[in-house]
Amino acid sequence: MLNNKDVAEHIAEKFEGKVGEFEQPFDLLTFTASREIIIPLLTYLKEHPQYKIDFLTDITGIHYPDATGREFVVVYHLHSLINNFRVRIKVPLSKDDIHVPTATELYASANWMERETYDFFGIIFDGHPNLIRILNIEEMDYFPLRKEYPVEDATRRDKIDALFGR
Amino acid sequence: MKPIKMVEPPAGHSGAGFFATSFDQVIGMARSYSLWPLPFATSCCGIEFMATMGAHYDIARFGAERPSFSPRQADLLLVMGTIAKKMGPVLKQVYIQMAEPRWVVAVGACASSGGIFDTYSVLQGIDRIIPVDVYVPGCPPRPEQIIEGLMQVQELARNESLRRRNTPEYQELLASYNIQ
Repeated sequence: MLNNKDVAEHIAEKFEGKVGEFEQPFDLLTFTASREIIIPLLTYLKEHPQYKIDFLTDITGIHYPDATGREFVVVYHLHSLINNFRVRIKVPLSKDDIHVPTATELYASANWMERETYDFFGIIFDGHPNLIRILNIEEMDYFPLRKEYPVEDATRRDKIDALFGR
Repeated sequence: MKPIKMVEPPAGHSGAGFFATSFDQVIGMARSYSLWPLPFATSCCGIEFMATMGAHYDIARFGAERPSFSPRQADLLLVMGTIAKKMGPVLKQVYIQMAEPRWVVAVGACASSGGIFDTYSVLQGIDRIIPVDVYVPGCPPRPEQIIEGLMQVQELARNESLRRRNTPEYQELLASYNIQ
């Protein structure tokens, strides 16, 4: 069986200087990786003869508006179905350059996940075959899950602050 | 056995062997007791409508026992549930496909105002895209409330002019929604 410590040590050695911030909240191995090595890293984990971390559970995004230089994070959840071992990889991005290479050539399932991440956070996946909105209306001209917008719908006129005690 | 209630005849003149009334009244009455609803159900209000259609509440008592799943044969669009902004054009298309005379009931808080879903993806009330005749409050409304909404539409059907579609107010209303 794989354990977090061995895998973390191996990854840290193999991709020295490009990965870091290893932690294991709720026993889930989590670390950050730079975007230059994210695809080689995913390929390595997928093709490793012992690890076989070859199932892409999810790709999503996070917006940290106050973290200067790394406002956006792309999160990859991976699962080794053979070893029942999970790993979470975070790729921090600057808001001035929110590009990350696509994982669609490695995982076909990344197609819709990356479209969703683009739809809600505006993260550009370079090389994606069809990077357009997937869930929201096409006419939407902003990325709604960025923490830049009021929570309530701005087109609503019947909500008077006094009625809501504010 | 309970006495059977018959519908009162509309006001008119009667004598030996004849009864005279206006088309407005007699056709309005006929329409009000054969409203064919199109259930446009997207969430929990639709479940309440299923109860309303069922034997216990029995919307058929009001002449609405024939749910029409084609807008072309429907008189009454019952919008039940949250309408996402992406669903908006679909709902408008369904409304446009309905033939006159047509009525719309917004059933429940979401269809009426967006309800609790005050967010970027949800239409804040279907009256943003199509005209609405009757609003049924509730989250979700009980079947009795939906029946009350239907009875309000019956009242409209009875009392409106025969060709509401030709009145300038109605045409102005549709024009304000960009519907021809």
